[in-house]
Amino acid sequence: MNELWTSLPPVVQLFVKGVAVIAIIFPLAGACSLAERKVSAWIMGRPGPNRAIPFWFEWVPVLGPFLQKLGVFHLMSDGLKMLFKEDSLPGHVNKPYFILAPVLAMVPAFTTVTVVPFGAYLDSAGRLVPLMLANVDVGILAVFAVGSLGVYSLIIAGWSSNSKYPFLGGVRASAQLISYELSMTLAVLPVFLWTNAPGAAGSLSLVRVVEFQSGTGLWSGMWFAFLMPLSAFIFLVTLFAETNRLPFDMAEGEADLVGGFHTEYGAFKWSLFFVAEYSHMLVGSGVFVLLFLGGWNPLPWVPLARAAEWLHLAGQPVLLGLLSVAIFLGKIILMIFLFMWVRFTLPRFRYDQVMKLGWQRLLPLAIANLIVYAILIASL
Amino acid sequence: MAVIPVQRQPLSLAERTYVPQILAGLRVTLRHFFAPNVTLSYPEQRPAIPPGYRGVPTLVKDPLGREKCVSCQLCEFVCPPKAIRITPGAIPAGTPAAHVEKAPQAFDIDMLRCIYCGLCEEVCPEEAIFLQNQFSMSGYSRDEMVNHKDRLYELGGTLPDSHFKWDKKKEAAAHGNAH
Repeated sequence: MNELWTSLPPVVQLFVKGVAVIAIIFPLAGACSLAERKVSAWIMGRPGPNRAIPFWFEWVPVLGPFLQKLGVFHLMSDGLKMLFKEDSLPGHVNKPYFILAPVLAMVPAFTTVTVVPFGAYLDSAGRLVPLMLANVDVGILAVFAVGSLGVYSLIIAGWSSNSKYPFLGGVRASAQLISYELSMTLAVLPVFLWTNAPGAAGSLSLVRVVEFQSGTGLWSGMWFAFLMPLSAFIFLVTLFAETNRLPFDMAEGEADLVGGFHTEYGAFKWSLFFVAEYSHMLVGSGVFVLLFLGGWNPLPWVPLARAAEWLHLAGQPVLLGLLSVAIFLGKIILMIFLFMWVRFTLPRFRYDQVMKLGWQRLLPLAIANLIVYAILIASL
Repeated sequence: MAVIPVQRQPLSLAERTYVPQILAGLRVTLRHFFAPNVTLSYPEQRPAIPPGYRGVPTLVKDPLGREKCVSCQLCEFVCPPKAIRITPGAIPAGTPAAHVEKAPQAFDIDMLRCIYCGLCEEVCPEEAIFLQNQFSMSGYSRDEMVNHKDRLYELGGTLPDSHFKWDKKKEAAAHGNAH
């Protein structure tokens, strides 16, 4: 098995890995939409979607009703509905760009996954090998650079729809994403000041950030969320803004903008926007987990290598890899739950409040935070 | 009217950061997250109907299984939307219902017209028509939405009777109507 894999040309290997990651992210994003419906229902004191079930699954004794209660089959019926619905194209839109926009939304959402490590295993020499598609040195920079391209799809969708609400939504989206991008980048800088000691070879790799949180000592085992709480907080707030989640979903704003940038969209093109939003959330949560919550390390001061010793998994790279992916995914799921929890707690900000918060509060805070940590790290 | 000037307290620093308020809000929603559902899964679970509820009007029988309606047509006349149609008929001698003069040959209530006002129940001298607990009426055609006599008795069933008015009358007649 292993020999067969390594004998394949690298291009084929990369292609298979890429398809595998998309095949995981796409259903995960779909599952998030179901989770959103369920979480919202539970918070509002409803049972949520719990009716759909294929007739042959009703015969499965315990599992059938359980999955029905969880609404798992609503996910499939939702997907099928989106796929087979008439995909209408309004007459007044700019057709090439109108069709291009949802595709453009998907591309950056999936591309950022390539540079996000989602697990690690120990090879025979005891070295940590990250599981990722492309272990590039630019790491976080690639995530920010490609991730921020997502705003183009919103602008193009809003503009090509050729009607006022999508246009306003697109304008709002562009202004909001650009203003929060600044604070986001500045909030992350202290982490990389910490990981790049003067004199050593510099790297913006996310793997290196996790390695710095994989120690067992008082300082080296601490996750960056404890070391730099303000950075983590600013990053989290801007993450909400960047992924267009409430209380920052100005681009959609169904109360004042009908549906915002996707007012004119329907059926499969609309669902592409939806999946792109959730993929952004998944990747954004992944980056947050890597930067501030110790990546694939199970607990603070308990790195993966230590956990492998306890569980006697040191000699089994496949099992250890699966365990690390499970830990990482578990943390991401908690983050996604936080996104939904906040969505059903806070009302939407007014647009001027969003701008004021971004430019007058978060940006100065992020700059001050960067300066304080730069001085602290320099004096250490 | 006197104007009372209210001193608006300036927000504290903690309040201006929103963070304590957001955390308090998150606590509230988390409590609701784990709280039991407040909704009913409707077709399987039915709500408890309070006494005195005005549901679909029905015809009831007395505890001896006899038809109570004597087709006096008061309900037909009082019905504001004219939803009730009664065709009175005679009762053949020797049947268990022979204690009264008449019984409805046909009794139709058009549920597309009924406004659930309950005047029919109020006006009925025989306590034969009641608005009971059934709250959902549905059908595929206009004909299906007209409740005929047999359906009305099926919906109504039997209700307890504390008077047995006609039995008492007959007994009184047998004793020469002393009172």
